[in-house]
Order: sequence, then C-alpha cells, then structure tokens
Amino acid sequence: MRIFDPHIHMTSRTTDDYQRMADSGVRAVVEPAFWLGQPRTGPGSFTDYFDSIIGWEPFRASQFGIRHHATIALNPKEANDPRCRPVLDLLPRYLAKDGVVAVGEIGYDSMTPAEDEAFAAQLALALDHELPALVHTPHRDKARGLQRSLDVVKESGIDPGRVALDHLNEVTVAAAKDAGVWLGFSIYPDTKMSPDRMVAILREYGPERVLVNSAADWGKSDPLLTVRTAEAMAKDGFSEDDVDRVLWRNPVEFYAQSGRLDLSDVTDTGATFAGNSILRGGS
Amino acid sequence: MTTLDDLRTTLAGNERLTEDLDRVREKPEAVGGLFPAAGRRYGREPLTDGWTTDEAARALLLAGSPTEEVLNAYRYGDTAEKLAVLKALPLLPIGDDGVPLLEDALRTNDTRLVAAALGPYADRLEPDAWRQAVLKCVFMGVPLAGVHRLHERADAPLKDMLRAFAAEREAAGREVPLDARNLLDETQEA
Ligand SMILES: [Zn+2]
Repeated sequence: MRIFDPHIHMTSRTTDDYQRMADSGVRAVVEPAFWLGQPRTGPGSFTDYFDSIIGWEPFRASQFGIRHHATIALNPKEANDPRCRPVLDLLPRYLAKDGVVAVGEIGYDSMTPAEDEAFAAQLALALDHELPALVHTPHRDKARGLQRSLDVVKESGIDPGRVALDHLNEVTVAAAKDAGVWLGFSIYPDTKMSPDRMVAILREYGPERVLVNSAADWGKSDPLLTVRTAEAMAKDGFSEDDVDRVLWRNPVEFYAQSGRLDLSDVTDTGATFAGNSILRGGS
Repeated sequence: MTTLDDLRTTLAGNERLTEDLDRVREKPEAVGGLFPAAGRRYGREPLTDGWTTDEAARALLLAGSPTEEVLNAYRYGDTAEKLAVLKALPLLPIGDDGVPLLEDALRTNDTRLVAAALGPYADRLEPDAWRQAVLKCVFMGVPLAGVHRLHERADAPLKDMLRAFAAEREAAGREVPLDARNLLDETQEA
C-alpha cells in the first residue's frame, strides 16, 4: 500500500512520526503553510517558516524516504493581522519554487473583509503562477463558509478542477462536488471526520476527486489516519485499485497540475544517510 | 576551474536563458522570479565539470545581478537554490560580500549545504571558522574529499581538534571516520 498525505504539517511532528509513517507506507506528503498556534507578528517569521517547509523539512522527510512538497500562502486567520499582511508581497518569490505545488492554505476563518481580500488576492497569485489552490473551509459556520468560498473561487476565474476544498464533511460535500472542485477530507482522532464516516461518504459520492488527509499538526491529530482510512476502505469491500486511487493517484493528479510534483525518487535526495544528524542525535 | 565564460559558451544556445539575461540586465529585480524557476525554464541536463544546466544558468543570472540580488537569492532560496549560489560564489565579482552566506550554510544541519560551503570560496573564511567547519564535516559524516585545499590548510590547531575528537570517539567505543583518521596521520607526519 502506498500513501500520499496531501495535507499534513510535519513541522509540528517528531521523527518518531516520520518513522511510523514510512513503516506504514506513507511515501509522499504535502505540507501546506498554515497557522502555528502562536500568532505571528510580522513577515519575517513567515519567511523563516516558509524557508523551513521548503528547506529543512524536505531534508528531514528525505531521511525517512518520504518525498515532501509544500504549499505557500498567508493563512486566513493571520490575514486579519495588519502586521502580517505585508507577507503577501513576498509570496511571489516562494510561489516560484520547484517544491511548491499549490497556493494554500487560503480561504476563510471568520469571514472578515480582510479575509475576503487575502483570499481573492491569493487566488489571483495562483492564476499568475499556474498553481492549483488549496482552500481551507472554516470549522465554524461551515455551510455558509463553504458557499462563500465557492463564490470567491468562481469569481476569481480559476478552473474549479485546480481547486481543492478541504475539511469537508457530510453537510458540505454535495455543494463542493456540484461545483466541480476537488473534495478534501481531514480525518481526525475523535471529531470532525473519522475513517468509518469517510468510507460512508466514499460509498455515497464515489472516489472521484476525493483527497483524504490527516491534517496532522500541533493539535490532537494522528498522521496515520490516512492509513487507517485505507484499511477501513478495504474492510468495507473497496478494491485495492480504489484504495490506491484515493490514497495515492488522486493527490498525485491534483498536485501534478502544478507541473512541479517530483516523485521520481522518493528515497534519495542526494544527501548522505551517514551524515544524518537527526537519526544520530545532533551535531 | 570552470569560469563564467565557460558557462556562457556552454549555454549560448539556450535562447530562453539569453532572453532572461537581457531582462535581468534591464531590470535586476526580475532575477527574484527567474532564479527559483531555472530548472523549469532552462533545463536540468548535466554539463561538463560537474555542473548542470540549472546551476550554470543560475550562476550566469547572478553574475548579471547586483550583490543585493545575490544575497536575496540565497536568503529566499530553497536548498537547491542555496546550493547553486554557494557553487557560483567563487565565480562572482563580489569580493568578501558572500562570506556571511557561507557562515549561514555552516550553521545548518543540512549535509549538502555544509559540504557546499567548503568549496573554493571558503578560502575567504577566517581560519577559526574554517577549522570548525571541517570538524563539523567529520562530525556529520560529510566526506572531506570535497573540502577545497584541505591538505594545504590543515594546520596544528585543526590537528589538535581532530585528535580530541578521535579520542572522544574512541572512549565511546565509536568509529573515527577514515578520512579524518588519514588527515590526522598525515598532519602528524608533517
Ligand atoms: Zn492544515
């Protein structure tokens, strides 16, 4: 079984997680730029974070044979802080990177005018840089947030086939599917979405354009819930091909639209394994 | 050693690069968008002397840019871009202005960046910083074969540091990398 986790915040995870992921068949991940829990206060801490998810984190992942790509954006929550917004001007530098396969996470948190502006501006950047867009849908006021996100996507002129709406659930999936966007589902330990509920949604809506992710981060989350979902699919009678489609080929197809997804060598980035100070305890 | 003129000759037929170099001459800040996209725009084929097309194109883009843009290319670079800047440094007319970039690379824990910081431009590193960098290579398992002018520059203080490192490893029942052992033997004879 090969697993591609299309949304996971590895910056917040330990080397034990990497090891368990690698042992369970996770061979590629995409790390979207998002909130860090502690609010940032200026563009400098964003750029250091971006540098980390396009530099250090792919190096760390490579030592476990996992291919790491990133998405870059100003997240909706921090788009509300005027001290952070100047980072929008620095995004083009990062959106030009080989390892950046989408603009994201963009979208809504509290649906403020500042979020409207940042969302629209970054969809325009996705068009400029010929990148797909990863859209976070709000956890509160979800149905309204979804509708408004779909409206903004439509208005931007981006092809809905180049947009993924994430954190969907039973209530929001139908409208997203009708709009022609990719359907992202984040599987969490006890709230929001579980492997069994995910399987029921796959039964009802089919595996087309479905992306299953762990969205694991610094909160209560589990990087192996992609694997658990694959197992739940198999147990429910989905074919091996369906499982591969949802957990590997779909995310590959979505991010390959960037023209930058590189899975040619998932085990070797050219750095020496022997020189690996993470596995050996630091230098 | 490969020169900028060698790289220019090799890539003379790359029309897209030729156009982009003209653009950068007119508008230096354009390099910020072109430098990261080098592999996608100009190709990644291996050339002679251990260069690839994207690395060579990046060196030429930097050669046509003011120092500030060279520093920015590194500052905002991903690992491949930072490696390309480090590789280009000895060819660029920037004097000592690139030394802080070596120092930055040597502070990382990425073996590729540490190795790349010890090319010919490392001649401009202060002896203390250079010795620490060599020791860091040994520590991280970066082969010493890639360190520019290693045998000429290895001096008594480096020998002392290596000997202490070897003693510590031996006390812990761990191996001393062969290249470090050889360097130690060789400097002891000298
Ligand atoms: Zn997320």
